[in-house]
Amino acid sequence: MKRVNGIGVSPGISIGRAFVIERKTMALTGILLQGEAEKKDEIEKFAHAVKASIEEVEGLKARAEAAREREGIDILETHIELLGDPQIEGDVTVKINEEGKTAQDAVIEVIGSVVQLFKDMDDEYMSGRAADVEDIGNRILKHLQDMSETAGSANMVSGISGAGGDRPAVSKPGGFPQQFEEDTILIAEDLAPSDTVSMDIKKVTGFATQTGGKTSHASIVAKSRGIPAVAGCGGELRTIVSNDTIILDGLEGVVIVNPGPELLDAYLAKREAYRQNGLLLLSLKDIPAVTRDGTSVKMLANISGPEDMEEVFGQGGEGVGLFRTELLFMGRDSFPTEEEQFGFYKKTALQSRQKPIIIRTLDIGGDKQWPYLGLPKEQNPFLGYRAIRICLDRKDLFLTQLRAILRAGVFGDFRLMFPMISSVQEIRRAKQVVAEAKAGLVAEGIPYVENMPVGIMIEIPSAAVTADLLAKEVDFFSIGTNDLCQYTLAVDRMNEKIRDLYDPFNPGVLRLIRYVIEQGRQHNVHVGMCGEMASDPLATLLLLGMGLEEFSMGPSSIPAIKNILVHNSVEAAKVICKEVMEMDSSQKIQAYLKAHLQEIRK
Amino acid sequence: MITKDYVILAPQGMHARPATTLIKLVKQFKSVVSLRKEEKLVRLNSVLNILSMTAKCGETLTLVIDGEDEAAAAGALEVFFTEQLKDL
Repeated sequence: MKRVNGIGVSPGISIGRAFVIERKTMALTGILLQGEAEKKDEIEKFAHAVKASIEEVEGLKARAEAAREREGIDILETHIELLGDPQIEGDVTVKINEEGKTAQDAVIEVIGSVVQLFKDMDDEYMSGRAADVEDIGNRILKHLQDMSETAGSANMVSGISGAGGDRPAVSKPGGFPQQFEEDTILIAEDLAPSDTVSMDIKKVTGFATQTGGKTSHASIVAKSRGIPAVAGCGGELRTIVSNDTIILDGLEGVVIVNPGPELLDAYLAKREAYRQNGLLLLSLKDIPAVTRDGTSVKMLANISGPEDMEEVFGQGGEGVGLFRTELLFMGRDSFPTEEEQFGFYKKTALQSRQKPIIIRTLDIGGDKQWPYLGLPKEQNPFLGYRAIRICLDRKDLFLTQLRAILRAGVFGDFRLMFPMISSVQEIRRAKQVVAEAKAGLVAEGIPYVENMPVGIMIEIPSAAVTADLLAKEVDFFSIGTNDLCQYTLAVDRMNEKIRDLYDPFNPGVLRLIRYVIEQGRQHNVHVGMCGEMASDPLATLLLLGMGLEEFSMGPSSIPAIKNILVHNSVEAAKVICKEVMEMDSSQKIQAYLKAHLQEIRK
Repeated sequence: MITKDYVILAPQGMHARPATTLIKLVKQFKSVVSLRKEEKLVRLNSVLNILSMTAKCGETLTLVIDGEDEAAAAGALEVFFTEQLKDL
């Protein structure tokens, strides 16, 4: 048994037999053309090869279109543009006309230098495009070769390196077989993007390559076609020979060669579990969260920064219900400046596809302490100087953050949310500071969003029971169940000894939640939930029955919760809610909800 | 000649898909369309040109359109940069 580590570029587990793809290189001929007629011939040959290549890629594209493979279609369209690119055509023509090179040599040299240009770019995505240029170059060369072969003058030599680098810039095309056995796992130095678009995934169940990474087009295609892939394995992959038994773990980025029976069994089970889960995800990802009786529910995600957005959309999230801004403030020794904050929020906005983002102002204090704040140690940090209390006291900090958020809102669809609100007066004071921030931006002529909706977290019992009053002040509520639960039950959630008392299904907590949702609906204020409870499958129908419209959670929880919502009706959920609200203990409530959930799962 | 600044809204920057879409759009017009990033001006008839600019998300680029149908081209490109690009 041998283990090779790489980068997991397309998740999933595949078990099969290795097929090692050897690449032959196309060599420079070194032939120099004699006279204008020969040059004209070569330019014509090049034009024919390009035309034939474009036709071939159009054919591949038609296949991808029939299979509705969006990623594949996009990549092939780029290849068509690259094949007809005036830069390449111009450079090849110059090499033939002015340097007397053959079409083959000119293409090898031009493609080689473009490939090198991309490889040298200090950007993972751009250097990944080298593979696309190589791919179209190979295609042109293949057609040139076909023409020479029919003309009876083949000139294939193997093993000579092209422009720069330690591997040939251009390799022999057509080395990619069209027919494979069942359960084949391809092992290659690198795969051409167009090969991954066209390969038969009924037979090829995964691949591993020495080079490449997450942004290689081959990887993107693997991901969109749903076959596991591991890239960037390095030279160790060369020890694999065809027909070795291979386990490919595209999530962990591991290739296991000739595993023992126990490991094989473990991975067979893992593969099955992954398939089940994947089917669920796949079936739900692009469908909206609409209940059986037609009520649509918003599935939002909780995030900490711009890099989380890809996962949000990958799991079918429709926006962000909670953007925690604390990340930027951690692990440093002074407050981030307005520009730093602006940059961070703007970056997130730009990744958001203009979907709504609820951005929460600083929620520091309590269990989140930073030394540079210089806060004294408190007896009861959770009941102390934290969140909006600090912000209203240290107006300089608050103003800086509000200015950055209002400015970044220009690049997305932001909604502003204040944490730890306990009274109407606090909202009014916070809104006053927002007005001040806007006035400052106006005076300085800096662009910002004038009508950004404003909402609050409902996480303090006094806010929950005065939801009717608070509703008149804001555009939305978001229920934070973690703090609401600990404050309502007087249970410190960090204290191990009383952990059992921390219980969101306590009837008192549930009554508060129901009241907030009711009041929100009555006053036309959107109500969402961004606490743990929103991602608890046990609570989903109960919350739906209470009338909750927005669920926000860690992105990976979205499919499971959506699955419950789409298979149930609001009407049934209301019945569940009614019954639960009459129960006098959390145990009864949880037992009842569990029984319901099991019934649904059948 | 029409010039206008645009912020690149594509989350991954001007990568292959937006570049291809842009080239195909520009080909529908007779005008010469170019894109400027700082000192570098490239003509929008080549995907390679756009890719080699490495325009990242959030960067501001200047669009330059020159030709008989420049007004129509500017309208179409406005839609591309303000509405389409963020989803590409």
